[in-house]
Amino acid sequence: MTLLEITDLTLSIGALKILDRVSLSIAPGEIVAVTGESGSGKSMTALAAMRLLPERAKVAGHVMLEGRDLLAQSEAAMCAVRGREIGMVFQEPMTALNPVRTIGDQVMETILIHGAMDRDAARARAREVLERVGLPEDRFPLSRFPHELSGGQRQRVVIAMAIALRPKLLIADEPTTALDVTTQAQILDLLKGLVQDYGMGLMMITHDLAVVSDMADRIVVMRRGEVVEQGATRQLFARMHHPYTRMLFEASGHRVTLPAPPPPAPLLEVRGAVRDYRLPRRHLMRDPGVHRAVNAVSFTLNRGERLGLVGESGCGKSTLTRAILGLEPLQGGEILLDGQPVWSGHRPNLAVRRRMQVVFQDPFGSFNPRHRVERLVTEPFHLLDSPPRGAARREAVAEALTAVGLQPGDAGKYIHEFSGGQRQRIAIARALIIRPELILFDEAVSALDVSVRAQILDLLAELCAAYQLSYLFISHDLSVVRTVTDRVLVMKAGEIVEQGETARVFAEPQHGYTRALLAAAPTLPEVGAA
Amino acid sequence: MLRYSLKRLLSLILSLAVASLVIFFVIEVAPGDPASFMLGINAQPDTVAALRAELGLDVPKAERYLAWVGGMVTGDFGTSYTYRTPVARMIADRLWVSLPLALYALMLSTLIACPAGIYAAARRGRPGDAVVMGATQLGVAVPNFWFAMMLVLVFAINLRWFGAGGFAGWDKGLLTGLHSLTLPAIALALPQAAILARVMRSALLDILGEDFMRTARAKGLSRRQALWRHAVRNALIPVLTIIGLQFSFLLAGAIIIEQVFYLPGLGRLVFQAISARDLIVVESVVMLLVFAVITVNFMVDLAYALVDPRLRART
Amino acid sequence: MSRNLALGAILSSLVVLAALTSFVWTPYDHAAMNIPDKLQTPNATHWFGTDHFGRDMFSMIMVGARTSIAVALLAVGIGMALGVPLGLAAAARKGTWADELIMRGNDLVFAFPSLVIAILITAVFGPGAVNAIIAIGIFNIPVFARITRGAALSLWEREFIMAARVAGKGAARISAEHILPNVLNLLIVQGTIQFSLGILAEAGLSYVGLGAQPPLPSWGRMLADAQTMVSFAPHMALIPGVAIILTVLGLNLMGDGLRDWLDPRLRVTRG
Repeated sequence: MTLLEITDLTLSIGALKILDRVSLSIAPGEIVAVTGESGSGKSMTALAAMRLLPERAKVAGHVMLEGRDLLAQSEAAMCAVRGREIGMVFQEPMTALNPVRTIGDQVMETILIHGAMDRDAARARAREVLERVGLPEDRFPLSRFPHELSGGQRQRVVIAMAIALRPKLLIADEPTTALDVTTQAQILDLLKGLVQDYGMGLMMITHDLAVVSDMADRIVVMRRGEVVEQGATRQLFARMHHPYTRMLFEASGHRVTLPAPPPPAPLLEVRGAVRDYRLPRRHLMRDPGVHRAVNAVSFTLNRGERLGLVGESGCGKSTLTRAILGLEPLQGGEILLDGQPVWSGHRPNLAVRRRMQVVFQDPFGSFNPRHRVERLVTEPFHLLDSPPRGAARREAVAEALTAVGLQPGDAGKYIHEFSGGQRQRIAIARALIIRPELILFDEAVSALDVSVRAQILDLLAELCAAYQLSYLFISHDLSVVRTVTDRVLVMKAGEIVEQGETARVFAEPQHGYTRALLAAAPTLPEVGAA
Repeated sequence: MLRYSLKRLLSLILSLAVASLVIFFVIEVAPGDPASFMLGINAQPDTVAALRAELGLDVPKAERYLAWVGGMVTGDFGTSYTYRTPVARMIADRLWVSLPLALYALMLSTLIACPAGIYAAARRGRPGDAVVMGATQLGVAVPNFWFAMMLVLVFAINLRWFGAGGFAGWDKGLLTGLHSLTLPAIALALPQAAILARVMRSALLDILGEDFMRTARAKGLSRRQALWRHAVRNALIPVLTIIGLQFSFLLAGAIIIEQVFYLPGLGRLVFQAISARDLIVVESVVMLLVFAVITVNFMVDLAYALVDPRLRART
Repeated sequence: MSRNLALGAILSSLVVLAALTSFVWTPYDHAAMNIPDKLQTPNATHWFGTDHFGRDMFSMIMVGARTSIAVALLAVGIGMALGVPLGLAAAARKGTWADELIMRGNDLVFAFPSLVIAILITAVFGPGAVNAIIAIGIFNIPVFARITRGAALSLWEREFIMAARVAGKGAARISAEHILPNVLNLLIVQGTIQFSLGILAEAGLSYVGLGAQPPLPSWGRMLADAQTMVSFAPHMALIPGVAIILTVLGLNLMGDGLRDWLDPRLRVTRG
């Protein structure tokens, strides 16, 4: 007997078709993963099952929960279903909780709103589920407010709210995407345990095939609102009937081949770098003290070398990046490029700065929306004493755009005319245009869909061959760092805990933290051989 | 919470100090010699000298400032030159009209605006919303003193429900006093209520788009329950800011409205003082108004902390 | 273009048109007294009637529009000219003493409602339209400083600003090249709103005698004149009041319409 049976679910908003005849089913105790890239309609499928769609959405088809068609229920009847029979967990734990109410209050609300228990019983139940999701009473009393908890802890509260009434079905929409890899592993374990204990069905929405392969019983692959393939996890990976599934799989574990680096000669030298931030003053008289974001970091990046820097959020990797770029001063140590300091006296050293460029994470936020591509790409010319003008300038723009796989004619367009992947290409063109000796990639592929990410990684490999790039690749994504770097640094709490050849570090991690990171990272099954 | 309050209190005192400096500078330093300014150009030199002595203008400016501030702290606002009575007593009499009027209007405005804003947000895009929004659009555009004249025309002159002006005084009973303040309070409150209702609505709509509202709906709360239990309290933060700002508009507005209704409040006092060039009175009234605005903003800051636990934690 | 924006634009341009036309033509001399014709209700010869001195109200409204627009426009100009650079500077130096000083200064100015500033100025320098402009203008400074700083702060967090810094550009250059163009929409919208508030404030100040002085005609003073006659000549109060309401309404509708029209997020959902 199936728990949830979706048949021919079709959804459109205005003239835009979002879902097209989506069918899938979930049995009690089963974990079904719905996966696909952005725009595939996976989240909309989940919201349709909850009937939490935008008001203008038009739906057809059937969503049967134990034989009852949810699409035919009244709104009042749906309110009784939500929270009681279907629980839901969302992507963004930082904003999913009401900031002005305590966590106990918010967990109890699920119970009280359905009139399932009286206040005392509800309080006891709230305590019990918080305990169950790993928030023990001594450290997490019911009176805590959301802002006092970390992202992972907040996600646990959201899960507690969703399971407080032991629903038959739990829908989790990218529940770990916003979390660090070690936290992600814990949350995934928790979800698996809950499914086992309560015999719930779990519909897991995720873009990450590796996450899915570890825990799902069955997988549903979606693209542009359609289900392209579904089946039991092992068979699906073994067969991969649909070319899109194969492409997704290939792109998720995409490998590139880098040209061999030249013999070592130091380019960037970081020596005992220290970066402190003053903490907000809590006492009028007492010195507020400092937070040491980067603590005595030393490493060398050789000319022509591709160096990786991995670590979880808050480890100090972004701060280190800004210090290398000369955007922030150091409180100790020094950073040298080709022997010259990045920061001289109280000013960033322009002579050094013009030899470095950076590519940021967000393909949407890294360009001024009011300027044309030509102006965007040539912004680094500001660093030069005599920037090229007229024809030379146009030629430089054309060359940079061509190098990243765009057309010279794109120079006259505005940034909103490009897709995310194309924007990231433009960001690389902007970095290349002054032929810097060092490029910093700050989470440069983290916001991209896997297929686009694979293309950008290919581009990077091509550029390495064509321009002999030296770069520092900063990322939280171990699988990407593994393929695009020669050497890797592992950073934790402001310090480098391990560094070495990428292949060696991944094969035989020495530091306990590196081992924990690697163990927590979800991996794709090895089916290439099968 | 205590630390937060102390910090706000410190900034309150600092603001008052700077504000008093500014006022002192404009009134007593900028015009050159206040005594000859107050007496006009035809004054006899010996009258000017007498007034200078009376005002204590011969002492250095810094000392005079300190004496002025010190006097205000102890309730001594000086003596009015034209009325020959202590300014403190004149102000106190007038304050019993102006302050109740501003508070009465603030209460009316909040009582009208909050339900209207919540109603409009809950019915976003439907006819009910359109009616409320249309009414507020008009309300924002109406000058309160003109609205006051229209109220007098309709309710006092034609319907004779209220007197056309003047103040009955509090000694004839609370209700009589309130009755003569009702039309002025409505005239003050409605345009402000229109602004507040718009703020309430847009704050609520912002919050309705937040992730935690979706979480609440996923728990099984209906749209209405989610609005009341999760959105309204969060919306209070911007609404409180506006209520704080409105108090200063209401106080200033009261000064104008008093002219329409011939109410013996601070407004009439200050305009009489201006035409009589009685700088001592003007200075004190202005300082009092600024004091009221700064204090109300201080209280709003404290109210934030009650609404938002994040502020309580942050010091 | 939405209906609001169209309606607002039409109302506002009517008022501007009336003000501009008054320079070359009014039906009568707005200051000419004609006691025999006093207190006429609107009719074919005097479209808006006459006041207690027999002056033509239509002409007075036209010339009064001039005063209202001039005062409000200059006040907004003062607010923008000083407030916007202050806001940009505060955002560029976020968290430093300069930012703190600018923002605390702003808070302080906020404690002086424009009427209180007007009272102070008038007490010392005497009443007049210029004083009204200064009083409303001073009050506008923190409004623009705050809104500019708020918008600029979120822009400073964006990666394209980081990219500009990596390209070696300084705070002033980034503010002019990247920040200002991106807050301009917001400033235009706020400018319209402050403009309408300026018209209300000017009317209020002139009504209590702190603003425009005779012989300069002003809607606020027309209302002050009308006050004692309201029971037997209500048109004297109705007409300037409606003129103020329609002007402010038009400007507000235009501001709201502009906000929707200029906001790219809203445009995407519409398309």
